[in-house]
Amino acid sequence: MKQRFNAIVVGAGPAGCACGYTLAKAGLEVLVVERGKFAGAKNMWGGVFYGPNLNELFPQFWQEAPVERYVFRHKFSLLTPDACLSTEFTTEKFGQPPYNGFTVLRSKFDRWFATKVEEAGAIVATGLQADDLLWDGTQVAGIKAGGDELPANVVIACDGVNSVLAGKAGLRGEFLPRDMKQGVKEVIQLHRQLIEQRFNLTGEEGTAWEFIGYFTRGLPGGAFIYTNKESLSVGIAVQLSALVENKITVNDLLEDFKQHPAVAGLFDEGKLVEYSAHLIPVSGMAMMPALYTDGLLVAGDAAAFVLGTGLTLEGANFAVASGVAAAETVIRAKQIGDFSKKSLSYYLELLRESLVLKDLKTFKKAPHFLENPRIYSLYPELACDLAEKLFTNDGRPRKKTWELLRQAMDGKVSFWQIARDLMHIKGAI
Amino acid sequence: MSPISIEDKLAVNKYDIDREVHISLREDVCKTCDGHYCLYACPASCFKLMEEHITFSYEGCLECGSCQIVCDKGAVEWNLPRAGFGICYQYG
Repeated sequence: MKQRFNAIVVGAGPAGCACGYTLAKAGLEVLVVERGKFAGAKNMWGGVFYGPNLNELFPQFWQEAPVERYVFRHKFSLLTPDACLSTEFTTEKFGQPPYNGFTVLRSKFDRWFATKVEEAGAIVATGLQADDLLWDGTQVAGIKAGGDELPANVVIACDGVNSVLAGKAGLRGEFLPRDMKQGVKEVIQLHRQLIEQRFNLTGEEGTAWEFIGYFTRGLPGGAFIYTNKESLSVGIAVQLSALVENKITVNDLLEDFKQHPAVAGLFDEGKLVEYSAHLIPVSGMAMMPALYTDGLLVAGDAAAFVLGTGLTLEGANFAVASGVAAAETVIRAKQIGDFSKKSLSYYLELLRESLVLKDLKTFKKAPHFLENPRIYSLYPELACDLAEKLFTNDGRPRKKTWELLRQAMDGKVSFWQIARDLMHIKGAI
Repeated sequence: MSPISIEDKLAVNKYDIDREVHISLREDVCKTCDGHYCLYACPASCFKLMEEHITFSYEGCLECGSCQIVCDKGAVEWNLPRAGFGICYQYG
């Protein structure tokens, strides 16, 4: 492999694959290196791919990509130890092409994506790790991998949340535990028919169900259950700093969640087939590294492109969008024969025009707002308490809802405090 | 579904375990630490406290990077396993 590549993409996740695919389609000589035995071997996530970005690369990708189910049923629940208050949303629109989102298992999906990159003409080298960057003065000139030096005009670091390359290039500082959520997930195999009965689904319909409440013990985070074809993805993501400061492991919280009466029965007759973990960069703009330097671009999780709006954490669509933007930057750089920092600054222009930086800017105050502990314990408790008071018929004269709310709040929180939190919602999400 | 221990969870995963250890601890530094954040940060319980000593077993590592980030004493010398080794997700 002594040839000089136009571009080396490090990491064959959604960012690296979208980047490698776009570059190869444009006729560039591209090498994608992936440290896993196959693309997807090191990757996990909660499980839903939203948005049209992938459809722009592969029109009607769901016809050939290994998607599990399209998300038809959105549910959101607040939990106390013995109660559950839920909202549910369905629309026929989400059941029609181009669909709003799909549940996806990464090990299959990333492997498929990488084959598309190969078909487009790139070399995908799996089982190969980029250990370091190759420098020509202050210009990144390739990578060192598996004891070899692999030269290239430009390197695109799509090497995930712990990006070794962005670190080696000095583009980011040390990570802080409060900038990360730790996500763990179980995949529980379950007969297809049982999934459809228990979640009220037919055919390829799927459910995305998010939870907040007592089970995180007041720590910022939430749980999820997503339906795959023949398995459930159940997991939890909690702020890393809060876990260690409170001496709690995320797995204990996951076990608490799974025993809640509102969900425990869903896993009956299920068989655990995988347990996985990953960090999620959640501080958005505040933790973003420098996105480019001479001969190097950073995309996807490596660039901390994850959006948390309270209900969900989304990163895969940003990974695809930023991978494509990085590729377009490189294609232009090749045309003008300039891979310097100045030329690669076009990447920032593209990102600013795309949803990636627009969304992160819109929600730049969200990460701080979402650290408010009242969101994770007090408010779910209040909501469930109020619901219980509303639905309870104890044979005594009824009270107005307002009076019931006052009773629920009594001694726990003031109207003033709630009003302040609501004001922050306006500014943050 | 009754609660499952972390050991039983890791046992269903597919790993290609290397002979080389990819994460090591600076024991002299660990001795001076009483916070032991690593114990709670590791989703695979690879860190254990045994008679006031922190031990680390790399075989069940899920390569998330949490241990290095939470250790404010810099005692975790963190690396990824060699290419092709370590966790190999079949679902993800």
